[in-house]
Amino acid sequence: MTSPESSPYETVIGLEIHVQLLTVSKMFCGCSVAFGAAPNTQVCPVCLGLPGSLPVINRAAVELGVRTAVALRCEVHAASQFHRKNYYYPDLPKNYQISQYEYMVHPPLATRGALELAMDDAPRRIGIHRVHLEEDTGKLVHAERDGRVVHSLIDYNRSGVPLMEIVTEPDLRSPQEAHLFLGQLRALLQAIGVSSGRLEEGTLRVDANVSLRRPGAELGIRTEVKNMNSLRSVERALAFERDRQRELLDRNQPVIQETRHWDDRREVTFASRSKEEAQDYRYFPEPDLVPVAVIPAQVEATRASLPELPDAKRRRYERRHGLTATDAALVTSSAVMARFFEETLEAFPNPKMVSSWLTGEVVAYLHARGKELEELPITPSHLAELLQLLDRGTISGRTAKDVLVEMLETGVRPQAIVQSRGLVQISDLAALTQVVQEVLSVHPGPVADYRAGKAQALRFLVGQVMAKTQGRANPELATKLLKERLGA
Amino acid sequence: MIGHSATELLGQLRRLEITPSELVQAALERIDAVDGKVHAFLSVNRESAMSAAHEWDGRYSRGDTIPPLAGIPIALKDIICTAGTPTTCGSRILQGWVPPYDATVVTRLKAAGAIIVGKTNLDEFAMGSSTENSAFGPTRNPWDLDRVPGGSSGGSAAAVGAGMVPIALGTDTGGSIRQPAGFTGVVGLKPTYGRVSRYGLVAFASSLDQIGPLTRTVVDAALVLGIIAGHDPCDSTAANVPVPLYRDALDQGVQGMRIGLAREAFGDGLHEDVKDAVLKATHVLEGLGAMVEEISLPTLPYALPTYYLLATSEASSNLARYDGVQYGLRVAADDIYAMFTRTRRDGFGPEVKRRIMLGTYALSAGYYEGFFLKAQRVRTMIRRDFLRALSSVDLLAMPVSPTVAFRVGEKVEDPLQMYLADVYTIPVNLAGLPGISIPCGFGQGLPIGFQLIGKPFDESTLLRAAAAYEQATPWGKQHPPLGWT
Repeated sequence: MTSPESSPYETVIGLEIHVQLLTVSKMFCGCSVAFGAAPNTQVCPVCLGLPGSLPVINRAAVELGVRTAVALRCEVHAASQFHRKNYYYPDLPKNYQISQYEYMVHPPLATRGALELAMDDAPRRIGIHRVHLEEDTGKLVHAERDGRVVHSLIDYNRSGVPLMEIVTEPDLRSPQEAHLFLGQLRALLQAIGVSSGRLEEGTLRVDANVSLRRPGAELGIRTEVKNMNSLRSVERALAFERDRQRELLDRNQPVIQETRHWDDRREVTFASRSKEEAQDYRYFPEPDLVPVAVIPAQVEATRASLPELPDAKRRRYERRHGLTATDAALVTSSAVMARFFEETLEAFPNPKMVSSWLTGEVVAYLHARGKELEELPITPSHLAELLQLLDRGTISGRTAKDVLVEMLETGVRPQAIVQSRGLVQISDLAALTQVVQEVLSVHPGPVADYRAGKAQALRFLVGQVMAKTQGRANPELATKLLKERLGA
Repeated sequence: MIGHSATELLGQLRRLEITPSELVQAALERIDAVDGKVHAFLSVNRESAMSAAHEWDGRYSRGDTIPPLAGIPIALKDIICTAGTPTTCGSRILQGWVPPYDATVVTRLKAAGAIIVGKTNLDEFAMGSSTENSAFGPTRNPWDLDRVPGGSSGGSAAAVGAGMVPIALGTDTGGSIRQPAGFTGVVGLKPTYGRVSRYGLVAFASSLDQIGPLTRTVVDAALVLGIIAGHDPCDSTAANVPVPLYRDALDQGVQGMRIGLAREAFGDGLHEDVKDAVLKATHVLEGLGAMVEEISLPTLPYALPTYYLLATSEASSNLARYDGVQYGLRVAADDIYAMFTRTRRDGFGPEVKRRIMLGTYALSAGYYEGFFLKAQRVRTMIRRDFLRALSSVDLLAMPVSPTVAFRVGEKVEDPLQMYLADVYTIPVNLAGLPGISIPCGFGQGLPIGFQLIGKPFDESTLLRAAAAYEQATPWGKQHPPLGWT
């Protein structure tokens, strides 16, 4: 596949993000939204769509929608309208979904907002097309025998769960930007208490529209990519889809407008097998619900109640702590991370070191273990203590990485780990001189190489010293001693 | 009990002249005697009605505090959900479905002491004007068994008209309470849209449907409305407007009341007998001190087409849920979409299918603006037209239907003729106003209805004028020739 730099095409991406709202009850009835209950135990005539039942709007869901709209600097409409989206599907008990649509006579909750993308060179404004509310569908469970579906069951616990849909303008220009945007959006939603924001658990679901065009040209034909359940899979799926479309265009073949599913294991997108007829959803205003009225005072009160948003936090970190935009975005990518960062700084006021360890080693550990920061058995003071040991030269950088992993596994304080395992860095001249002497005597080859002018042989010898001391040698001191001996 | 109003029966109960179980027994006997011919009921709850009656017997005899409808047998149109008893909507597609919950009106009536003796026949999903579109066979008019009772609440109207129960609930989307009330010589009240909760009313057209009473007298209509009206947290379209004491206003007369006679409602297609009776009724009101004046409702002719776009659009979506997945009829097939199709093909009758197709068309891409949106705009104009007229008068007077009850089978093959039966009632639903039908005479030996239309949430004035008219005329006291004993 061609590399992005050489491409004559511009990638155009727009996202549709479904957010499960942190409400106690469903969108149009009082049933619980708690996850994991036995099937069909959190249902009533309304969310089952029984004849005669009527929806009633959940005020808390509207408030969370308004909160999001304000945080995304949208225009919140004074009177928004619910619509019926009509289509037949067995997980949809009424065979219509109560949603919102964009007829401007009957507008959705909010339109025309923006989120600023944190880029090191210049920030970019990503337009928010609209924010609207809707209900989730039930969940189909297919019972299979010998690989064949023998019957399907429906769990209506999810039916009627409040969803918010955020639709961006097609303003994103690369899979990396889409990844970055989603990270920031998720941080925002978490910071304002609207969503848990977990793609892996489906509380955040992303669909992406992707197309290519020559710069300045009209938008190309797009495909819709679904079924991406982590930020990384979004980036990979979009990269795959971009490259797939580019190859088609390079071969003068048309891109077909279709829905494609991402296969995370095979790392490909594939066209949905189901017949993709042009759906006519026959939207019309939901006659069972009166318009949602949001008065300006409510918008103002919501604005005033918002905490510091990740965007502002990021800029504050750049300004006050001298972090780069990328580092600041990473540290503010979750409310938990940002709080961890600030609390670590209180005990160890070196922002660059804290941010680099937090977003480097700690995040790498989380990825590898599939864990969240809040699940770790440590407090900010653990990290501060570790960085102090490193900063004072008590332990080496390599030791610090080992201690970190043990600390993250066990929650034991770093000081205790270092002491119990005797990991204090060897900065004692006499002790280290002896080790250096031993290394030089066992490796005459590299010694000769170095003396013959091969500077890189020194690195090997330093490595040997580190190995012999289980990483505890002060590497600077070891280098100095080696050079002295070799030069002699 | 035959021929007595609920108010009269309540008096007898309080004076311990009769007991609730005697009353329910009488209702059941009357049903046994005449419903074989009339077919007003789809189901009768003998045991539960009798056991409820026995409880009220005790409370009356002990002299307990008694709620306003205690011991009165009532019937419900079978499109209003009742927990534990089937609710068919007159359709095969709801075969076997038993709602797990009571409609709000049912909860309120039960709390008021009413005893539900059964569920009444209707046009399938309330779509029709003759009760011939029921999957379970037509209901007959008690005045002439060869005639229709009107519809879609024909079963409720016939049950009251034939003296089986003093009170029944119907629903009115385009005239379905008022027109059968007119055809069977009873009182039928369609409240203001939003006056009565629709929770538990199986939807035909959500923005038009209202539940209301069919009764023998205006007082009874006021009594029932007072019980079922009012805000309901389960229905966001049920307005939070205080419910007045309707009965207090009833005897205040019509002295000085201004009544508008819409010129457009007395033109072509109106049968002479009906026209004469309705005009005579306005003279009666004049005689009682009201001022009758001619007014104009220029948008009236647009009501019928507007209604048949909006009501069918909403219906096409409301009836989408009958797919065989969760409840009711399921016709098995190899895949899910074939199951949907076959279930709906076998489960719905022709009129329901016709309306679903019409509505689906009106909402489709490319037609939405030209049909649905345009009809919505016309609806707004019709409502404004009515409100403008009602800013200069207190009430409007009109016929209920252009003719008296027609023959069974007469209009089945001609839907357009059938739709015209509701030409005077439909505009009132589009405007969301309260309307009442009261008996005002006979033509060809069949009852004629007189329609009064009021301002939004001003049922009091409507009932006051209707009561004054009823007092001054003999029409409501007539009984159909159906073995009255």
